[in-house]
Amino acid sequence: MHPARSVILFTSLSGIGFGFLIWLGLGIPKAVGGVGAVYYALAFALTVGGLIASTFHLGNPQRAWRAFSQWRTSWLSREAVLAVLALAIMALHGAAAVLLGYQPAFLGLLGAALCLATVLATAMIYTQLKTVPRWNQPSTPILFALLSLAGGALLAGRMDPALWLLIAAGAVQLWAWLQGDKAFAENATTLATATRIGEEVRAFEPPHTGGNYLMREMVFQVGRKHALKLRAIAFALMIALPVLIILVNDKHLMVGIAVLLHFAGVLVARWLFFAEAEHVVGLYYGRAQTPLSSE
Amino acid sequence: MTALPSHTEKKLGLVIDLDTCVGCHACVVACKGWNDQAYGAPLSDQDPYGADPTGSFLNRVHSYEVTPASGPAQLVHFPKSCLHCEDAPCVTVCPTGASYKRAEDGIVLVNEDACIGCGLCAWACPYGAREMDAAAGVMKKCTLCVDRIYNEALPEEDRQPACVRTCPAGARHFGDLGDPDSEVSQLVAARGGVDLMPEQGTKPVNKYLPPRPRDEVPEFDVLAPYLEPVATEPQGFLGWLDRTLDRI
Amino acid sequence: MEIDPMKDSVAPDIPTPRFDEMRQTTCYMCACRCGINVHLKDGKVAYIEGNRAHPVNKGVLCAKGSAGIKQHTAPSRLRAPMKRVGPRGSGQFEEITWDEALQLAVDWLAPLRETAPEKLAFFTGRDQSQSFTSFFAQNFGTPNYAAHGGFCSVNMAAAGIYTMGGAFWEFGAPDWEHTRMFLLFGVAEDHDSNPIKIGLGKLKARGAKVVGINPIRTGYNAIADDWYGITPGTDGLLILSLIHCLLRAGRIDLDYLAAFTNAPVLVNEDPASPEKGLLLRDEADKLLILDRATGKPVPFDTQGVQPDLAGSYRRAGVSHRPVIQHIAEKYLSDDYAPEAVADRCGIPAARIRTLAAELARTAFDEAFELDIPWTDFRGNKHQTMQGRPVSMHAMRGISAHANGFQTARALHLLQILLGTVEVPGGFRFKPPYPKPPEAHPKPHCKVTPGAPLDGPHLGFVHGPDDLCLTPEGAPARIDKAFSWDNPMSAHGLMHMVISNAHAGDPYKIDTLFMYMANMAWNSSMNTAETMAMLTDTDETGAYKIPRIIYADAYKSEMVAYADLILPDTTYLERYDCISLLDRPICEPDAVADAIRWPVVEPDRDVRGFQSVLVDLGARLGLPGFVDAEGAPLYADYADYMVKHERRPGVGPLAGFRDTGEAAGRGAPNPDQIQRYIDNGGFWEAEVPKEARYYKPWNTAYQDWAVEMAFYDAPQPYIFNLWSEPLRRFQLAAEGHGERQPPDHLRAQIREKLSPLPIWYESTDARANEFPLHALTQRPMAMYHSWGSQNAWLRQIHGVNPLYVPSAVWEEHGFSDGDWATLISRHGEITIPVALMAALNPKTVWTWNAIGKRKGAWGLDADAPEATRGFLLNHLISELLPARADGMRWSNSDPVTGQAAWFDLRVNIAKAPARAEAAPSFPPVHGPA
Ligand SMILES: Nc1nc2c(c(=O)[nH]1)N[C@H]1C(S)=C(S)[C@@H](COP(=O)(O)OP(=O)(O)OC[C@H]3O[C@@H](n4cnc5c(=O)[nH]c(N)nc54)[C@H](O)[C@@H]3O)O[C@H]1N2
Ligand SMILES: Nc1nc2c(c(=O)[nH]1)N[C@H]1C(S)=C(S)[C@@H](COP(=O)(O)OP(=O)(O)OC[C@H]3O[C@@H](n4cnc5c(=O)[nH]c(N)nc54)[C@H](O)[C@@H]3O)O[C@H]1N2
Ligand code: SF4
Ligand code: SF4
Ligand code: SF4
Ligand code: SF4
Ligand code: SF4
Ligand SMILES: [Mo]
Repeated sequence: MHPARSVILFTSLSGIGFGFLIWLGLGIPKAVGGVGAVYYALAFALTVGGLIASTFHLGNPQRAWRAFSQWRTSWLSREAVLAVLALAIMALHGAAAVLLGYQPAFLGLLGAALCLATVLATAMIYTQLKTVPRWNQPSTPILFALLSLAGGALLAGRMDPALWLLIAAGAVQLWAWLQGDKAFAENATTLATATRIGEEVRAFEPPHTGGNYLMREMVFQVGRKHALKLRAIAFALMIALPVLIILVNDKHLMVGIAVLLHFAGVLVARWLFFAEAEHVVGLYYGRAQTPLSSE
Repeated sequence: MTALPSHTEKKLGLVIDLDTCVGCHACVVACKGWNDQAYGAPLSDQDPYGADPTGSFLNRVHSYEVTPASGPAQLVHFPKSCLHCEDAPCVTVCPTGASYKRAEDGIVLVNEDACIGCGLCAWACPYGAREMDAAAGVMKKCTLCVDRIYNEALPEEDRQPACVRTCPAGARHFGDLGDPDSEVSQLVAARGGVDLMPEQGTKPVNKYLPPRPRDEVPEFDVLAPYLEPVATEPQGFLGWLDRTLDRI
Repeated sequence: MEIDPMKDSVAPDIPTPRFDEMRQTTCYMCACRCGINVHLKDGKVAYIEGNRAHPVNKGVLCAKGSAGIKQHTAPSRLRAPMKRVGPRGSGQFEEITWDEALQLAVDWLAPLRETAPEKLAFFTGRDQSQSFTSFFAQNFGTPNYAAHGGFCSVNMAAAGIYTMGGAFWEFGAPDWEHTRMFLLFGVAEDHDSNPIKIGLGKLKARGAKVVGINPIRTGYNAIADDWYGITPGTDGLLILSLIHCLLRAGRIDLDYLAAFTNAPVLVNEDPASPEKGLLLRDEADKLLILDRATGKPVPFDTQGVQPDLAGSYRRAGVSHRPVIQHIAEKYLSDDYAPEAVADRCGIPAARIRTLAAELARTAFDEAFELDIPWTDFRGNKHQTMQGRPVSMHAMRGISAHANGFQTARALHLLQILLGTVEVPGGFRFKPPYPKPPEAHPKPHCKVTPGAPLDGPHLGFVHGPDDLCLTPEGAPARIDKAFSWDNPMSAHGLMHMVISNAHAGDPYKIDTLFMYMANMAWNSSMNTAETMAMLTDTDETGAYKIPRIIYADAYKSEMVAYADLILPDTTYLERYDCISLLDRPICEPDAVADAIRWPVVEPDRDVRGFQSVLVDLGARLGLPGFVDAEGAPLYADYADYMVKHERRPGVGPLAGFRDTGEAAGRGAPNPDQIQRYIDNGGFWEAEVPKEARYYKPWNTAYQDWAVEMAFYDAPQPYIFNLWSEPLRRFQLAAEGHGERQPPDHLRAQIREKLSPLPIWYESTDARANEFPLHALTQRPMAMYHSWGSQNAWLRQIHGVNPLYVPSAVWEEHGFSDGDWATLISRHGEITIPVALMAALNPKTVWTWNAIGKRKGAWGLDADAPEATRGFLLNHLISELLPARADGMRWSNSDPVTGQAAWFDLRVNIAKAPARAEAAPSFPPVHGPA
């Protein structure tokens, strides 16, 4: 899939933002008054920034309000609704923390649950797609949630949970990659089922020599060597280095660096999340069924 | 509106005969021509006279090569547009309700006035049947020429999709696949019509008629008598001529 | 249609598109000429669809036809007449008025007409008004006129007409309703593009068998039930082998042969006779056959005669045998056994036998009769029409080889032996065909300064006497048509004009006037040198081709080389006439013609070319264009279409004559064009039911044809399995007669102009050096060069790879995205390659005319057509490499002069990937 900048930014920013809000909702750390204002502002900046970024890839963002309507069927709509609810609740929660100096527990729990639900809804937008076998797996929502929580924990300065969450996220990320690499081949859809004209079938001529939306959007391909390199970088930044930093030293400055490294890693991983995802429609365009094409 | 209707009165759709399609792209351009000035925003083209011409089309014709275990390789021209799936994933993912499936005839449409252009429906479609128009920022897809098939301004014989009306080889058929007695259903039954990607669970309404067997090696024994020599050289041939003319 | 998104609202109303008006005219995105409904909105073309009532397309439309709207609005359209002001090819032009343009043309042409009319060479390309353009040329007095037929399909036309009085091409069609087995030889698209697709659709719906014989399996061949991936240039061999098998098994239609062909006619076998090999005739010049009852020779059309095929006629000590015995003697030879030809054809012997057996089975076991009584020309009454459900069609895959004429003859022989021409289920002619070869005009070339030519330029020769030679025996025409080089060049040799004019061989010309032919690019062989010839100068600095006038509608590659540009309208803005005098649009069951009319007015200073020619003819005072007082006869082309009469009562349009009810013949009708418009742009009359088959011999058809003015008296004839015109040239080459070929051509004429079909290797490439055949195919969604300016079509075919068969692909270690250099004896190109398995293993190919020169067609210079698109034409030369004697022969069929595009032999080598295909030419600068 085409790794659109707006979508990468959106999922990464809002992921870490909601993660932070979850911790704040749980009252970890206790953040009230001036400090609270900074914490909440940061969390809202991340989530709202992400949400704003998400509208950049819309063809008609002025109608975005319509996306709240189909929560009964659409994960994207659910995500929108949940995001607003979560932000509203957490805004109240934050207001109480900053203005009243206390974090109402029930509101916080509710807010945290909504934030987690929002992150899961985002993940489900991708997970639900049978057309993209790499995404259509349990690891997708788990990884989204773990990364969100881990990032949030880093921001919240909670190193113990952060450590374990990072390790868990790292494990799930490796699992997602391993499974993902096999997913396309293991999925039942092949050029033969796509065309039903025989087993030994090969794309001969594309329908148009000119490009089209599908090819730009869905038939993006990233070279295997390139992807492996990026995976290594993503893993190092997102998991390994932050873990190392935590283990070695947990001074605040170092935590800041860990957060930045982690977030940079998440961005790279998200880029790969999209760039490596093969849509079954690629079969019609003669894209090989191997998970990663050779360069 | 993004909920799928539990039942549609009709299942209007296309039957595409892969045994007959010559890959002429007539349906592709007729579709573009009609839909450029009909339902919704025009089908725009970007860089039409430049280095990278690209535009929205609702129907495109691929070509595939099949190499059977024995016999010569084959080529199959393969037109593809929206299959108006019964369990259309493109509809249920839509956050705005712009995508919907009509309860009366099963046609899957996009209400462009409500579409935010998020692209998710195109991601959900396994067939590549939806294209975002780069100028209008809305999702375009085959409408089954809904503005032709019920259009009373058109003569009755023309109330069929533009692609079907234009197909010179007659490889495209339009009708109600929900009615087992319809011509299209009969054709599907007779020719063993199939679903594309059945495993995706979309239950497409459109059906594809597979190519008939090709290059079959006949039993030569059956044909051999047809080449039984009456003569191997001109003299014998003359005798045969003479005998045969006697009979005339 | 605003909806409330928070509720599950009802589906929005679907708007109903409406147009203001619909106007019916004729498509011209290709030469098929389908009927179109042009829908207008706010005075602009909004949508084009097929006209259901039209005889050609019956409502369907191809991709190009549907994209006509983009052709009309293309930025490449010319704007106004233009005069060259810089050096030729520099692209420096100045817009001038039409008066200036026409005056300039008159200034150039009038002196030529008075002194040496042959110094005007007027050649047209994809012209559909040849009866009119040739009328102009004839009245101008130049012998140098022809259209594109010579590089296109003259082999097909000539072989068909000489053999059976009509051809495949667009002049006949299979009986789609009844045929059960259809053989398609070498066709990718053809001129009859929609009818063929409609027909194939009918066969498929019925489950009839489609057999494709073609090195490449795309398009029609992709849907063939059986595909024979023949090696290019060997169809003749395959066909003669099929004939061998059928003859051996006696699976031929003797009744048909005896009654309707010259199979029973006696051949003069007297070795001493100057007429050896011609057919025996009586004093009344009637062909002689043996009567089985009496054993005596009698005229072939004697009533009640039983022709004897097996006997022979002894006279003065010499036995004369009927044609069929010569056929048997020749083709029963083991040389034609499947085993003997299999390797060369690239088809296993067993498959050849299978095909022969299936032909036999279908033609004879599945024979049927139609209950239509008819009377033949001998007066015999038949209660039914015998049907044979085998039909065939062929086009340039056969035609565009230097053995194409004889191969097409072989194919007709096969059809006729099976009795499948003009019978139910077989191949049928479209009116005004069939016509005996003798009914066609002969070529004319007698030049008289200040006067018209002595007759029509093009025609059918029947022997050396009909050639177009000067008194010294040199070619009289600039293209050397109807000379000893290619005696039966019925359509001229368009592909030789520029190179001959440049060389001053056989003479120098002054003005080259071209219309609708992109000769500086895809329609020329030897492209680079052709461009150089167009700008080449002599010692004095004068252009070797002194003046070039060119009429085009678009910024083609050729426009840049004109001195004077006459900008045409598009097909939606002008009158045109699709006439029975020309290449009509008839179907086997109906005679039809059609018009184009301005469904929209031009928005710029362009004029319909035919109207310009009407004007030019009048300004030059040409007979036929002005009256006795010198006043113009016609206001414009529309006026000509209505008023002009070729013979009394016979004009360009056959319908709605006289008071509007007359068909075929009748006085001019001033309302004729309106009647055509009211009728949907065309006129059609059905062939009477009893006249629909057996047309050459069917009295009902013959009478109807006279009524329709196809000819003035019935002219039944028999098919020429043995062709006398060919034999007459052989006789000359053997030393008989006054007119003698030059010695260097004697052997060629003796060998190649055989009166019975033969096969010979059409390329003399040394097999190891150039092991591969290189072909082009028409893409169905593109028309030559015109399609690339079309915003929709160029998205479908914007680049063209070279398709390479699997074995060659592997041998050279190619993989996706690779490039290769293709080398012929003439040049080399470096281009992208792609793999194809459904391809003859010795063949590479690409789509025709996708490659464009930078700067042309209103495309950006970095358009893919100009950077990665390529032509094979750079590899093809109009002259073959020198032979041992130093002579360079034209790359043409020795009989007809047909350009041998498909004889190209190449070698392939892997090449480093490039950004641009090679050769790459500097941008051509057309008019701004
Ligand atoms: N390699 C290879 N080369 C081939 C062939 C092949 O098979 N292989 N085929 C050959 C054959 S059969 C043919 S017929 C030729 C065809 O070649 P051409 O006859 O050259 O055909 P086009 O390239 O279409 O060019 C026709 C010209 O007509 C112009 N034109 C289009 N519409 C109009 C109009 O309405 N009015 C006027 N005045 N001009 C118009 C176009 O702009 C163009 O310049 O190519 C030949 N060249
Ligand atoms: N869409 C479209 N239609 C057109 C045109 C166009 O440009 N575009 N051009 C028009 C013109 S001018 C013409 S002349 C006609 C030509 O119409 P076609 O005769 O269909 O011409 P080509 O496309 O050149 O196709 C030639 C076919 O012959 C095959 N072939 C080549 N060599 C051999 C051989 O030795 N044996 C056999 N059996 N097959 C062989 C090739 O593989 C190819 O399939 O089309 C007309 N119609
Ligand atoms: S118009 Fe018909 S034959 Fe042509 S590509 Fe479309 S379906 Fe195939
Ligand atoms: S083909 Fe694609 S767009 Fe059409 S209904 Fe099915 S899933 Fe939706
Ligand atoms: S692009 Fe439009 S139709 Fe598709 S899912 Fe988004 S809003 Fe719905
Ligand atoms: S039914 Fe209409 S919209 Fe759909 S592919 Fe055909 S022409 Fe296009
Ligand atoms: S075949 Fe196509 S381009 Fe040619 S006349 Fe017919 S519709 Fe027009
Ligand atoms: Mo042609």
